[in-house]
Amino acid sequence: MIYDWLYSLTGSEMIAIGIQSLLPLYLFILPFALVAVLLERKVAAHMQDRLGPMRVGYHGLLQTIADILKLLQKEDTVAADIDKKFFDLSPLLVFAGSYAAFAAIPFSGAFMGSNIDLGIIYIVAVTGLVVAGILMGGWASNNKYSLLGAMRAAAQIISFEIPTLLIVVTVIMITGTMNLYTMSEWQTGYFWNWLILGGPDFGIAKILFIPLMLMAFLIIFLSTLAEVNRTPFDIPEAESEIVAGYHTEYSGMKFAMFFLAEYANMFAVSAIVSALFFGGYQSPFGYLGNLLEIGWLIPIEQFFWFTAKGVFFVLVQMWLRWTLPRFRVDQLMSFCWKYLIPISFVILLLVGLITVL
Amino acid sequence: MTVYDIIFYLFAAVTLISAFFVVTNRNIVHSAFFLLFTFFGVAGIYVMLGADFIAVVQLIVYVGGILILILFGVMLTNKIVNVEIKTGTIHALPASIVLGLFAGAIGAAVLNTNWKVVESPDPVPTTAAIGSMLINEYALIFELLGILLLIALIGAASMARR
Repeated sequence: MIYDWLYSLTGSEMIAIGIQSLLPLYLFILPFALVAVLLERKVAAHMQDRLGPMRVGYHGLLQTIADILKLLQKEDTVAADIDKKFFDLSPLLVFAGSYAAFAAIPFSGAFMGSNIDLGIIYIVAVTGLVVAGILMGGWASNNKYSLLGAMRAAAQIISFEIPTLLIVVTVIMITGTMNLYTMSEWQTGYFWNWLILGGPDFGIAKILFIPLMLMAFLIIFLSTLAEVNRTPFDIPEAESEIVAGYHTEYSGMKFAMFFLAEYANMFAVSAIVSALFFGGYQSPFGYLGNLLEIGWLIPIEQFFWFTAKGVFFVLVQMWLRWTLPRFRVDQLMSFCWKYLIPISFVILLLVGLITVL
Repeated sequence: MTVYDIIFYLFAAVTLISAFFVVTNRNIVHSAFFLLFTFFGVAGIYVMLGADFIAVVQLIVYVGGILILILFGVMLTNKIVNVEIKTGTIHALPASIVLGLFAGAIGAAVLNTNWKVVESPDPVPTTAAIGSMLINEYALIFELLGILLLIALIGAASMARR
């Protein structure tokens, strides 16, 4: 594990913990956000038969860096009569909430922020911080659009947490653990051992699980999509209705914090979905390291597969964004409460029956 | 002073300071937001005590549920700044006498108790133990609590329809 290596290198518990907790941010989220922002614009452009950013660097590769330089130089415009303290605190809280989720995500067999037993439940819990941060920002902005956006965001995230949790409980019932690391290890081997294809235990249960798990995957993908406020569920920041939702009044680096949190969240939910249903960091075809008998190659391969799966789901999110129109508020709520939640309850019940029998 | 001591004092300070602001603040939305930090600090202290499951449940129930409910309620109310939270009658003398007696009793109890000091064992994951207890020993109470919550839910839904 990387922690032991850091501990032996620095000799201090505190420094090792500090470095380990900053690793995902500097080595992963920031570069990922750099790439993902450009990717989003390129995907959007190509889906709309445009070229997208082309001027800065080869095919606009350096566009995001130019944008960040621009954001850094921008004046921090602040509207009159805002609640200064909470206005400043809100972006930090939102980012802290989405970064806290990365503590329990296994990046590879060798690196995981904290190998806690609660894993997935912990991730659901810290999402509450994001909701509070969004409400805080919307209220402190002293702007009706911000407040409306914040209210919509909170209602939406809380509602869609229920189907997410129900599916998570279903998965916990099958795997018998909440620890994402153990869950990923459980789905080791080849791709037919992934939970979406019924898990590693061969038998009648595996065949029965396949259709249920496909539905469960669809439900959790849709509801996590709603939890990160992406299209078709982006009503908290619907441009045509409420300007930009809860971050209408933010500018400069504070806006950039919200932006970074959104991309971190996108990757986090993709990683969670892949850890639950697609074997997490496990390779679908076995490891090259095992074949060549090079031990240190395996964690690197695992990191590659983890990133590949995460980025694939992020791409699906982008694809959906430019394909589907936005939901209406009432449609969104009835979709969650009248369809997703009852179906998840049925799946929970059936999986419970199958695991007992 | 180890890392854990520093983290403990950090969480304790967050809890106490934000709790102080919750009661003294004149703006009730501010109070509600400070309550967030109080809950968070308490969750941190639970983790330091080795009660990881309780800490996470504290976050889910209080921060994710009750606090958001309070915030919704408070934000939708009309007058939120400079609320006079005072009752009409103030009995300063009896109140201070009772408070003094209570504080004295608590202080005496704290000072006179023979505290047992044991080296705290390394915290172990508690989730599996709690789960098997709930399903085996306390199964009936667990089910009854579930039914109670279901009754409350049905009641709320039927009242909302009216």
